[in-house]
Parts: sequence; structure tokens; C-alpha cells
Amino acid sequence: MARHKEKIFGVLAQFESSQDIFRACEKVRDAGYTRWDAHTPFPVHGLDAAMGLKPSRLPWIVLVAALTGASCALLLQWWTSAVDYPLIIAGKPLFSWQAFVPVTFEVAVLFGALGALLGMLGLNRLPQHYHPVFQSKAFDRASDDKFFISIEAQDPRFDTSKTADMLRSVGATHVEMLEE
Amino acid sequence: MVSVPKDFDPRTYDPVEHRAPLVLGDHDFHTVTESIARPVEWKPPIGWYLVLAASLSLLGLFGVAIGYLVWEGIGIWGVNNPTSWGWAIVNFVFWVGIGHAGTLISAILFLFRQKWRTSINRAAEAMTIFAVMCALSFPTIHVGRIWLLYWVFPIPNQMAMWPNFRSPLLWDVFAVSIYGTVSALFWYTGLIPDLATMRDRAKTRIRQVVYGFFALGWRDSNRHWQHYEKAYLILAGLSTPLVLSVHTIVSFDFAVSQLPGWHTTIFPPYFVAGAIFSGFAMVITLMVVCRSVFKMQHLLTYRHFENMAKIILLTGSMVGYAYAMEMFIAWYSGNPYEQFAFLYRAFGPYAWAYWIMVSCNVISPQIFWFKKARTNMAVLFIVSIFVNIGMWFERFVITVTSLSFDFLPSSWAYYSPTIWDVACFAGSFGLFLTMFTLFVRYLPMVAIAEVKTVMPQANPHHASGMTTATGGH
Repeated sequence: MARHKEKIFGVLAQFESSQDIFRACEKVRDAGYTRWDAHTPFPVHGLDAAMGLKPSRLPWIVLVAALTGASCALLLQWWTSAVDYPLIIAGKPLFSWQAFVPVTFEVAVLFGALGALLGMLGLNRLPQHYHPVFQSKAFDRASDDKFFISIEAQDPRFDTSKTADMLRSVGATHVEMLEE
Repeated sequence: MVSVPKDFDPRTYDPVEHRAPLVLGDHDFHTVTESIARPVEWKPPIGWYLVLAASLSLLGLFGVAIGYLVWEGIGIWGVNNPTSWGWAIVNFVFWVGIGHAGTLISAILFLFRQKWRTSINRAAEAMTIFAVMCALSFPTIHVGRIWLLYWVFPIPNQMAMWPNFRSPLLWDVFAVSIYGTVSALFWYTGLIPDLATMRDRAKTRIRQVVYGFFALGWRDSNRHWQHYEKAYLILAGLSTPLVLSVHTIVSFDFAVSQLPGWHTTIFPPYFVAGAIFSGFAMVITLMVVCRSVFKMQHLLTYRHFENMAKIILLTGSMVGYAYAMEMFIAWYSGNPYEQFAFLYRAFGPYAWAYWIMVSCNVISPQIFWFKKARTNMAVLFIVSIFVNIGMWFERFVITVTSLSFDFLPSSWAYYSPTIWDVACFAGSFGLFLTMFTLFVRYLPMVAIAEVKTVMPQANPHHASGMTTATGGH
């Protein structure tokens, strides 16, 4: 087995319901695995805690993006209206900031939304059109009605037969090896 | 003293259990996927081709009308002096208002944990994007010399001039274009998992490659879902003030001016209520048809339509209140120009338009006080059409009556549209319906992953879903 080990990506186990995968994830987490993942057709409520995941850092990315947007918009309006092309309109001060609130707000939302989508993709390392789990024929159902756990061979606790046995013991209905 | 039952479990207790389920019938996750993917994967019925052909014809008309407009100038329209904003601005506000329901459903109802939104949000968001496309085309062509449109953007140019950021019209450029962009981002974020579903189900190579490309390699990983759900929540949080701001800013186009009938502080909330009102009407119009054509009665249930009817009733009554309040403030202000503007609105030469507006928007939705009407598809469809008509007339009344009769009687003029106004408006429906027809054919019109989350068996603590290791469905 050892000589094949470089080629093995990990093990993929199939579960039949959100209840089964929830309990299985708790078991895998408690067994001390770190390089593993669950694949579910929809976000299963509470599975983050069952997997022991830390909260997402995405809100900070969005905050920075939105503040950048607001600053850029305000800076643009100040520079164009008060510095580069000073034009008195309706007797208002050149930097009449109240009138600049709508555009500042809208641009903050635009940058924030771009930060949310691109930040989410960045944290998830997407797009990544190839991944070893896609080798599995059964895995096509991961986006339909089946639930999966993949444990990577890189995990320090990984052992080809013991890990597979452990997954069967927590309720997996189908277990297969994935190549790199 | 309230006693707690012995078998009470806070994890499984559902205080709204007595409500009708959101997915009817004996469905599991797989049959839900099947029923939503069917219209995308099956050969479409002949009716789909007929609708597409009709929509494309109208779209062609739009192209001809725009082509002639660019060639000849906006003099081909009925706009005159003083009514320099004719149907083009009426249509713009009409479409951008319709475009508000999608983001309201996807963002505000999401934040309020209104789970019934899951069956309608995808189609409503698509409708939003297409409506915003129609909306944006009208100010674009209204500038006349459309090759100079870049003047509205803060781009360094040969004139060494910048746009005027103190103008509500420029705020509007930002508000509506950013609204369209953010709605598209939100929509696409929601689509990623469903595109992966379509990729995994693909029977042909081309489908696999195209859906796979846009699914970005989504592998339904829970580590990804974690960030994804956070992104979705944040997008909902950002879109909620955005959707309220957009129609507020649209109303500033009118309210910031000095014109009697426009210069009122009630405009922002009144416009937002009207936008939600018209948007939900368009959602009902489209969903009543899609529901029966694509056999989605189990996903688009009576409960969904009843809730939408209630929102129509609420917002319809709000615009009714706004009409009454406008009249009251006009009288109470003691301003003779303001009083005249509203008197002429209701009893002047445009009285026919005013009373069409009141009948369609205020009177027709009152039927939704009755549950029988809220759950009758024919009534829902007819009232939604009335609301669409009424809301178009609302914008017509606001735009045209105030402009036609301003301060000086010597500058008054009655406004009538020309055939090219009609062609542009009908043509914009061609754009809208073409996009929507293609959407229902090529993308899942219900959010597959999201609908599954509101099914009882999705709950990891739901008792009936427990299966043994050898079992399975």
C-alpha cells in the first residue's frame, strides 16, 4: 500500500441523509482529522460546528472593500467638484458633502458586493475546475441528494484501511479511494 | 403557568409547524432536483417557441424604434415643451420599479427569515435584472445623441469637464447601474451551486462544459458553503439598503426639482412602496404562468401566492394612502400652485389617467382582503395585470401632469404620445420577455439548493430522516 500512497488523494464516503452526515462529521472531527471536508447538496444547518470550523473571515474583507469604495467615491467627488473643476451650483459650497452622500453610499455597496463575491471565491480557492473528488461517479449526486465526506491522504491521521473502516462504522453506505 | 410537554425538544420544535409546508407532496431531494431541472433539460413545448418568437418580434421592433430614434432624434416622440419627459421617463420608472421585487424577495425577506421566498427568489431576481436592463435603456436613448452618453460618467474627457455630482440625475446613473450590477452579482452567487447541479446532470458535452465553466468548479464542500452562506448573508445585508435607496434616488429626480406636484417629501417612501407593489405584481403575473406551464405546483404553492397577495394589498394600500396624503398636503400647504397641480391631476385634462391609476392601484387590490381571492390563480393574474397597468399610469400621471401645467399658463401644453413612443414601450417588453423566456429554458428557475434547505428532512435533527447505515432512500 505504501508505494501507492503518493498517488492517493484520499477517501470518499457516501451518506444518505443530512442526519447521517451530521453525526458522521461529529465523529470525524472528534477522531482528530484536520484535512477533510463534507460535501452536501445544500448547506446543512449546524454542520460548521459539527466539523469544528472557525467562523468565516469574509465580513472583514467586505468591510475593507466597502470602506475603500466609500473613500474612493468621496475622494472622486471632492476632487472633481472642488479642486479640478470648481463650479458654483445653486450657491452651495464647492465641497457640499451632503449632496455627495448618495453616490458615496452606492459605490460603497458596489465595492462591498464585489468584495463579498470575489472574497468568497478567494477564500474558497475557486474557480478550480479540477478536483480529485470529481473522479468519483457517485459524486455527481453530491449536488443532488447524496452527502459525502472526503478525507485527504495528507492528513496525519490518515490510514487507507483504518480511515475507510472508520467511515463505514459511522454510517457510510459507499466508500471509495480517490487518486490524485 | 405554562407547562412544558415532557417530550419537548427545543432543537426539533417548530412553532410554525401548523402552517402549510413549502414543498407540497411526497418529495425527496432528488425529485425536487428533477422537477426543477426538467424545463432546462427537456425539449421545450411548442408554446415556448411561440412565446420566444413573439418576444423576439417585439425586440426587433425595439431595435427599429431605437434605430430610427438615433437617426432622426427624439423629435419622433411626443415630447414637447414643457413636457420634455414623456413616455421614456415613465417607462424608465415603470421598469425600475418592477425591478425592485426581486431584490426585495432575495434580500429583505432573507434577512427576515421568510423561508417562503426560496421558491420564487431565483425567478424574481432574474426578472429584476431584465427589468433593470429595460429601465436603463430608456434614459440611454432619451439623451438623443447616445454616442455622447459617456458624459454622464466621471471619465476624463477632451472638454476637461466633470459631471455634476450635486444633481439627482447623476445620482440616478450611479444608483440604477450599481443596482443592476449588484443584483446580477447576487443572482450569480445564488446560481453557482445550481449551475454545479446542472453540470453534474449534463447529458451532453457542451452542457457539461458551459455549466461547468460558470459553476467555477463548485464541489458542494461544506468549507465552501460556510463562506458562501456568509457571502449570501452579506449580499442580502448590502442589497437591503441598496434597494430602498435606488427608488428613493429615482424619486429625487422629481422631488428635488421645484415643480408643483413633484416637490414633495413623501416621494421617497411613496416611490419605494409603489416599486415593491408593481414588482410583486409582475412576479405574480410571471409565476402564475410558469407554475402551470412548467408543472411547479408543488414548489409554487398557494401559500406563496397568498403571501405575495398580502404584500400587494399592503403596498397597494400604502400607495393609496400616499395619493390621499398628497392631496391633503396640497390643500394644507396653502400653496396655490401646489393646490392647482393636484386639482388638475384629478379633474383636469388628464383625469382619465388619474382615475385609471386610482382604480387599478387602490381599489383592485382590495379584493385581496378575501382569502378566496388570494388563493385563486385567475383572480391573482387579473389583479396583477391591473396593478401593472395602474403603476404605469401612476408614473404617467406624476411625470406628465406636473410638466404640462407648470407655473405659467402661457407655457402649458397637452402631451400625447406618437407611434414611436408606443413602439419603444412595446419593444421594451420584447427585451424583457426574450430574456425571461431564455432564462426559464437555460437556467433553473427555482433555487434548487435553497429549496432543499426548507424541506423538513434537511434539518439534521429531524427525527423522521434518520436512516441506518444499510438503508437509504
